[in-house]
Amino acid sequence: MDKVTKKLDVIIATDCGSTTTKAILIERQQDGGYRQTFRGEAPTTVEAPFEDVTRGVLNAIQEVEELSGRSILDGEEILTPSEDGRGVDIYISTSSAGGGLQMMVAGVVQSMTGESAQRCALGAGAIVMDVLASNDGRLPHQKIERIRHLRPDMVLLSGGTDGGTVSHVVELAEFVAAADPKPRFGTGFQLPVIFAGNTDARQQVEEVLGETTALTISENLRPVLERENLAPARQVIHDLFLEHVMAQAPGYRKLMTWTGAPIMPTPAAVGEIMQTISRQQGIEVLGVDIGGATTDIFSVFFPDGPGKAGSSAQTPSAQTPSASSPSASSPSASSQANRGEAVFNRTVSANLGMSYSVSNVLSEAGLDNVRRWLPFSMDEADLRDRIKNKMIRPTTIPQMLEELQVEHAVAREALRLALIQHRDLAVGLKGVQTERTLSDVFEQSASGASLIDMMSLDLLVGSGGVLSHAPRRQQTAAMLIDAFQPEGITQLAVDSIFMMPHLGVLAAVDEKAATEVFERDCLVYLGTCVAPAGAGKVGGPCCSYEIRAPTTGDATGVSDHAPDNAKGELLVGELRCLPLAEGVEAEIVLRPARGWDVGAGAGQELTAKIRGGLVGLVLDGRGRPIAFPESVAERDVQIRSWSDALSLYPAEVTGLYPAEVTGLYPAAAAAQER
Amino acid sequence: MAHAYTPGLRVTKYTELLKQRRLPIKGEVLVEVGDVVERDQIVARTELPGNVTTVNLVNRLGINADELTQYMLKREGDQVKAGEPLAETRPLIKWFKTTVNAEIDGTVESISSVTGQVMLREAPIPVEVPAFVRGTVEEVLPGEGVVVRAAGAYVQGIFGVGGECWGTLRMLVEAPDQRLEPGLIDADCGGQILVGGGLIEFDAIERAREAGAVGVIGGGIHDRDLKKLLGYDLGVAITGAEEIGLSVIVTEGFGQIDMARKTFDILRACSGQEASISGATQIRAGVMRPEIIVANDPAAERSLTDAAAEPDPSGDSSQNPAHQAGMRPGDALRVIRAPHFGRLGRVSELIADLRQIESGAHVRVLEVEFEDGSRTLVPRANVELIEE
Repeated sequence: MDKVTKKLDVIIATDCGSTTTKAILIERQQDGGYRQTFRGEAPTTVEAPFEDVTRGVLNAIQEVEELSGRSILDGEEILTPSEDGRGVDIYISTSSAGGGLQMMVAGVVQSMTGESAQRCALGAGAIVMDVLASNDGRLPHQKIERIRHLRPDMVLLSGGTDGGTVSHVVELAEFVAAADPKPRFGTGFQLPVIFAGNTDARQQVEEVLGETTALTISENLRPVLERENLAPARQVIHDLFLEHVMAQAPGYRKLMTWTGAPIMPTPAAVGEIMQTISRQQGIEVLGVDIGGATTDIFSVFFPDGPGKAGSSAQTPSAQTPSASSPSASSPSASSQANRGEAVFNRTVSANLGMSYSVSNVLSEAGLDNVRRWLPFSMDEADLRDRIKNKMIRPTTIPQMLEELQVEHAVAREALRLALIQHRDLAVGLKGVQTERTLSDVFEQSASGASLIDMMSLDLLVGSGGVLSHAPRRQQTAAMLIDAFQPEGITQLAVDSIFMMPHLGVLAAVDEKAATEVFERDCLVYLGTCVAPAGAGKVGGPCCSYEIRAPTTGDATGVSDHAPDNAKGELLVGELRCLPLAEGVEAEIVLRPARGWDVGAGAGQELTAKIRGGLVGLVLDGRGRPIAFPESVAERDVQIRSWSDALSLYPAEVTGLYPAEVTGLYPAAAAAQER
Repeated sequence: MAHAYTPGLRVTKYTELLKQRRLPIKGEVLVEVGDVVERDQIVARTELPGNVTTVNLVNRLGINADELTQYMLKREGDQVKAGEPLAETRPLIKWFKTTVNAEIDGTVESISSVTGQVMLREAPIPVEVPAFVRGTVEEVLPGEGVVVRAAGAYVQGIFGVGGECWGTLRMLVEAPDQRLEPGLIDADCGGQILVGGGLIEFDAIERAREAGAVGVIGGGIHDRDLKKLLGYDLGVAITGAEEIGLSVIVTEGFGQIDMARKTFDILRACSGQEASISGATQIRAGVMRPEIIVANDPAAERSLTDAAAEPDPSGDSSQNPAHQAGMRPGDALRVIRAPHFGRLGRVSELIADLRQIESGAHVRVLEVEFEDGSRTLVPRANVELIEE
C-alpha cells in the first residue's frame, strides 16, 4: 500500500483520544475546495481486553464507511489511492491516548531557562509534570526523590545560555543520573533525555547521562537571554515521542506504518492549526479545549503589533511564523505585516477538567466562586457531594436543569483558572535587559509581562464536551464570555466535533486543505462579543452603538429583522443579545462613555466590522472584571436577568412527561418551597 | 447505540479471581506455582535504591571543583559510615586542615569534578509484596511477582481511600439504610473491617480508628467528612496512598445513599469471615475501583469443574455475553444520577430517537420501570446495569 499519493482528493484522519477514537473524511469538491463530509467514532482500544489502538481506528473508519458509502478498508488495510469512489489518498492521525506525552523539564533558573523549557515542552504537546531548577528552593535530595517518584515519558534538560554556566546544568544532569528514573512505559527501556542547554556543557552531560539514558543533544533552547529557540528541541520531542513513547503503547507500531505523515500528539496538532489560521488571516487567536481531566489553552498573539484596537475588520496580513512554532514554514505571499512576530503558547492545566478532575476545580476555585454563577442558592454540602459524584461517575450527564447549571458554573471557573495559568506562562522573556528612555520607564512594561491581551484578541475558540455539547449555543457563548472576559470586539466560535487535531496534522501535509475545512466546517461561529472595558455604576451609561447595513452574506441583517436593534444605549451592568445571523457581516459604530474603552482608547469612538453567528451579537456592559452585586439576593436576580438576556435556559422543555416540568427553575422552585 | 451505558460494578457472592502481585522494580519471587498462600505471606521481595545525599565539598574545603579528586579519601563505590572522613585538605600547617565527614552510612555514588559535589547513597530500602488474598499461586512472573488465584465473594466499591489491609469482616447494622453510629463501635473492633449500611460519617470513622479497626465500609459518605478525614480537599480521584490509619470504602457514592441490597446481603453473609480490602481508586486511564474480597480456604474451594457446571454469577457485566451485546428490555438496572439516584428498575423500552431532557439536551434515553411500577425516561448514560 502506498501511504500517500500525489493527488489529494480524499483524506481520512483519526484522533485517538483517551476514551474515543474519532475519524473524519475530507473530500475535494467539484469547485476544488475541501470539505469535511463524514464523521465516525468508536471507543479507543488501548486498554484491556483489546490492547491494540488500531482496533478502535478501524472501528471508527468503518463507521465512516457505513455513513459515506465509500469503501475505505480492505480487511485491515486502508485502500490508497482513491479511485472510483473507493479508498483514500492519505491516512493521518493524532493521539492523546494513554494520558498523552508526560514530561519533566529542568533549567538552571526557574524563571528563565526553566520557563523556556516548560514552554518548549508544552508547545510540543506534552503535559509537564514538574519543572526543576537550581534555584527552585528544593534541596538536592528532594530533587532526586522527586525525579525518581515521577515516571515521565522523557526529560528535557536545559540551562546555561551558550557560554554561560556549566556546573549548574551538569549538577542537574547528575541529579537525573542519581534518581535513575524509569519511563512510564516498560521497565526495560532507557529513559529518553533531551539536552538543549549550554553547548559548552554537552560533553560533561554526555559523560553523566550518556550510558544510563537515551540521551539526545539538541540546540540550546535559550542560547541568549534575549531569545528563545524552541523549534529544534520541539522537533526532537516529536521524534522521540513517536520512537519511544508511541512505539511502546499497544498497537502504535502498527498504526505508524499506516499513516502517510508522522503521528502528532493531539495538543501539538491543535497548536498547529491555530498558528496556521493566525498566520493565514493575521489575527490573534485564543483557543481552549476543556476535557474531563485537563484544560488546554492555546494562544497566538502579536506582542509588538499595532493591531491592538481589537477590530476584526482589520485587513489580514501574513505574519512571519514564530521561531517557537514547531514547524515553521515560509511566510505566505501576502505582505509582511507590521504586527511583528507572532508568539504561540500553549498551557495544559493538568488538574482542571469536567469529570476526573472536576473536584479539583472546586477546591482551587473555592465554593463561592462557583456559586456566584448560579441563579439559585445551593447548600454547600449538597454542591460538594454532587461534584464528587460526577468525579466518580464521569460518564454520566446532567438530566436536571439545575445540574446543568452547576456543571456550567464549574466550567466557567475551570476556564478562568486555566486562563490565569496561561497568562502566567505566556509572558515576554524574563531576564532581558533593554535600553530604556525616561518615557519608556513610565510606559514600558517590565520583561515578563503577559502576552495575553483580551482587548486585541480577534477570535476566541472553544472545544471540549461541556462547550461543544451544551444544549444551547448561547450557553457556550456565555461560558466563554464569562470565563475569559474578552474586551473590545471578539469573534466567538466553537469546534463542535473537535476536528482541530485532524486539521492540525493535515496542515503539515496540505495547509490549503486544512484551512479551508477549518473555515467552512470546523468552526461553528457563535457571533461577536462587544465588551467595553471599564467600570461604573450599574444603570449608568456604558456605550452607545449603531449597527449599519450588512456588507456581506444574507441580506436579512439586524435592521431588517428588528429595526429597534440597530442602535441603542448599553447600560452598565447590562447584557444584550441582538440577532446577527451566521454569514452576515455588519458595521458597528461604538461610542463608549467616559472611562470606557472598546479598543480605540478610553472614551474614543470606534467603527469596526462584526460577524454574525448562531447566537448573534452580544453586547456586554458588565465591566471588566465583571462586577457582581454584593448581596446574594441581588446577585441571584442579576444572574437571572443575564441568563434571560441570552436566552440561556428554555422557558419550557418538551419531550418529558409533563408532570416533571414545573417551570424555568423547577428544582430551585421546589427547594424554595421546602 | 445500546452500548452507550455504564457497566456496573462487580458484586458477586462467588467468583474466581486472578490477582496480580507485582514488585515496583525487578526482584526475587519467593513462591512457586501451586503454592497455597495466605494474605500476609510475602510472595516477592526487592530493594529500592537508597536515598541520595549530596555533599558540596568544594565549598566546605575551599577548593576548585577540578581539584576534588586530590583531596578525596574515598573512591566511587566505597562504603562509608557516618562520621567517617570523606575528604580533607593537606595544608603545610596541620592546624589549618579541614576535614569533611560523611553524615550518613552509605556508599559513595559519584564524585564530580565539574560541580564539586559528592553523592552518597544510603542503604537500599527493602520492599516486600504480600499475597493480599488467600489462594493458590497460578503463575510466576519471573523477577516481577506472581498471579494468585482466589475464589470467594467479591464486591467492588465506587470510591475509597487508604491502601490494602485485611481483617475480620463485621456487619454492625441490620439494614442497608442504617447509618453506622459511633455507638455501635466497641473496643472489640480492633483489627476488624466494619460494615455499615447507609451513611458513614467522620465521627464513626474516627471511633473506628481509635478502636483499632483496619477498615470501614458503607453506602455513602459526605464530601465534607472525607475532607475532615483526609485533612484536605481531594481534587482528583486517584487514591490508595493516604496514611489515615485505616481504609474506607463507599459502595454507592457521595451523600446519604443506602447500600445496594445485593451488596448488603453479600457482606452480611460474609460477616465473621476474613476479608481483604483495598481503598485504592483510580478513575482515569485504567480504571481501578476499591475492592472487598472474602476468599475461601483454597482447600475447600470449588473445583474448576464444579464452577463450570453452574451459571457464572460473576456479576461482571462486561464479561456477560448478554451485556456485551448491549442493553435489552428487561435488563435490571440502577439509576446513578439525579433525579432518581439509586433507584432500581428494569429497562421497559429502548427508545431509538434522541429525546430532549429537562436540561435541554437531546440524548439517548431509555424508559425504566421502577420497582413500584412507575415509569420514566432516563438518559442511557445515567444507568448502570446490574447482574442478577
